[in-house]
Amino acid sequence: MKNTILRRVAAALLIAASGAALPFAAKISVVATTPDLAALARAIGGDAVDVKALAKPTEDPHFVDAKPSHIVTLNRADVLIEGGAELELGWLPPLLESARNDKIAAGAPGRVVASQGIRMIEVPATFDRSKGDVHSLGNPHFLVDPVNVKIVVAQIADHLSQVDPKSAETYKANLQKFTTALDAKLAEWQKQLAPYKGAKIVTYHRDFVYFANRFGLEVLETLEPKPGIAPSPAHLAKVISMMQAAKARVIIVQPYQNRKTAETVARQTNAAVLDIPEQPGAMKNVSDYIQMMDYLVTTLANALGEKP
Amino acid sequence: MKKLVQAATAVVAAMIWSSHVAAQTTDSTARRQQRMLDSLVIVIKSLQDRIDSLGRARPDSAAATQPSAAPQAPVRSGSGYMNIGFVTLADAGWSSEPDVGSLQVGDHDPAVRGFTLPNAEVTLDGAVDPYFRGFSNIVLKLDSNGETGVELEEAYLLTTSLPWNLQIKAGQFFAEFGRQNPQHPHSWAFVDQPLALNRMFGPDGLRSQGARISWLLPTNWYAEAMLGVFNSAGGTAFSFRSDESSEIHGGVSEERGVKSGGDLLLVPRIATSMDLTATQVLLLGASAAFGPNNSGPNAKTQVYGADAYWKWKSATAHQGFPFVSSQSEVLFRRYDAAERQSAENPGVTLPSERLRDSGAYSELLWGIKPRWVAGIRGDYAAGDDASFDAVLRADRYRMSPNVTWYPTEFSKLRLQYNYDHRSGIGRDHSLWFQFEFLLGAHAAHKF
Repeated sequence: MKNTILRRVAAALLIAASGAALPFAAKISVVATTPDLAALARAIGGDAVDVKALAKPTEDPHFVDAKPSHIVTLNRADVLIEGGAELELGWLPPLLESARNDKIAAGAPGRVVASQGIRMIEVPATFDRSKGDVHSLGNPHFLVDPVNVKIVVAQIADHLSQVDPKSAETYKANLQKFTTALDAKLAEWQKQLAPYKGAKIVTYHRDFVYFANRFGLEVLETLEPKPGIAPSPAHLAKVISMMQAAKARVIIVQPYQNRKTAETVARQTNAAVLDIPEQPGAMKNVSDYIQMMDYLVTTLANALGEKP
Repeated sequence: MKKLVQAATAVVAAMIWSSHVAAQTTDSTARRQQRMLDSLVIVIKSLQDRIDSLGRARPDSAAATQPSAAPQAPVRSGSGYMNIGFVTLADAGWSSEPDVGSLQVGDHDPAVRGFTLPNAEVTLDGAVDPYFRGFSNIVLKLDSNGETGVELEEAYLLTTSLPWNLQIKAGQFFAEFGRQNPQHPHSWAFVDQPLALNRMFGPDGLRSQGARISWLLPTNWYAEAMLGVFNSAGGTAFSFRSDESSEIHGGVSEERGVKSGGDLLLVPRIATSMDLTATQVLLLGASAAFGPNNSGPNAKTQVYGADAYWKWKSATAHQGFPFVSSQSEVLFRRYDAAERQSAENPGVTLPSERLRDSGAYSELLWGIKPRWVAGIRGDYAAGDDASFDAVLRADRYRMSPNVTWYPTEFSKLRLQYNYDHRSGIGRDHSLWFQFEFLLGAHAAHKF
């Protein structure tokens, strides 16, 4: 009796093991830490890849839970795309430690660190946590600048081709297609925002600085006094007077940030609160990178264009 | 920087030479020196400007106008080959029990009325080479007399590239028994060690020198099987060949060495997890520990445990809040005590007997809004009757509500009240304030 049960368990395990090892899914399994990177991987990988994102589009990418299902996802991955610059420092290392997957080890062809090759901004001259939770490698929210995205997608295409040479032509063609579309869109977005050059915007966190730099806008101040530090009444009073003096009329918040704080400030400055996610998938009809940027640029241009 | 220094040396040398030449003509010594000083000031200023401009020339100034999508040279990440962190936990408070150590039994609990510094920990970790990662925790602690104690809490290697989803850990480390035993006090949700863990594994938890193999099962959901093999001696192998064993079995401890593989400590564990919904995760585990005890030459101990952890986190969580989580563990111990001489009354022989202990705790945490967590924990531990009385095996329960404020991830302030009931002793009330700070690398927590 005991023997039969043992044999059955062994058989079940064997089947499970062989099932996992069988290459019935010829697609390359790509795991991206955040949905924006996943969207780029889909654009480049097309039908040759199967893409999963670890973080939800609506959640704070700095504070994702290192939940065990992510270990399984990473264990089966052929390629891992991370933002880098310490964005995932709080949750990716323990996942990778448990995932025991050599294919996505640091330095392997299956590991893409998106921040490599990006001209990082706000790299601190000194490491000092009294200035808030500043990433030592610079501001990690660089994908809201389409020019940075061009660097990242080229890197993704390169790594995918190394991991999966038989589809290299597909990746090359997709890269060409995506970059062309992005260039056309970039020109469009620049035209849309051109009338507002020098306009001052307020954000909750320093997550739209690369975007502002690209399109000639200025992030006047953030609602957080320092990165990762909750807004204090004194700081908000300062933001309000700065906004009044500069006639700033737009506050951008992401789905996971405290909208109430933004609303309070907006009431006193006659500003508009714009809900703009940095991640595709956080809103209906915004499922890829270009749609997300379209939404960002259009919403912002509309708000800046409104008469006070 | 080297270039700057070279340039500066050259300029200064030129100044000295030119002023020297000038001195041979008409200038008085004083004026000559003044001029030299002035020119040095100019040189220093220009150097300062250059240094400042280098500091200012962070790439962002150019980013706005940089139209090309040419990749930059890779950014150097990290500052060394090792992450270094330092965590200090300190407690302050009062208890109705004057002998606080008899009430707060964990090694990293508050130890006295007033102030305790039970845990100042240096954490080191990094990639050893392409095959191993290395970790170490060195703990410094002040006892109730303010004397410093040092313990090598953990020092182990972890393989990174074994085939078949296997992984080996080797060195000195916490046994992966249940949920909280392998965690460091810094990641506990309460000021003190749960009673059940203290009862089974002693004040420091179950850790020893050994090796552990783990297999990540090829299932579509998370399932991991582990087997640890450890030395069974020492204070941190409490229910086994520990020096404190006589407190458990009441007899004179047998001097028994390691004669066969059976004298080692075995710790198997299986854990599994599933995402119940997009925002809810459940993690279940079952563990056991089998090893010799020193009540007699062939005596054995078995400990069994089950653990559950559930967490809900909002889909729009900001800095990880709001969330609700629940963590529970149940443990049983079967301690087969051999016939032994009583430690208290040397003439008396205690019969061979089976000592059964059980314990459980359950905690519920509510992350109300960013940085604020309210929690409540219920604690219970009990032992059956034996041929002797052991304080260590007496029935006991405890209720602990607490509230924690995290100014950032690098510091925390916690206030906890303990309502204690010890069978045969009575009720006690304690109020503890805990403060923690963290410097350097913050090793990310496992789920």
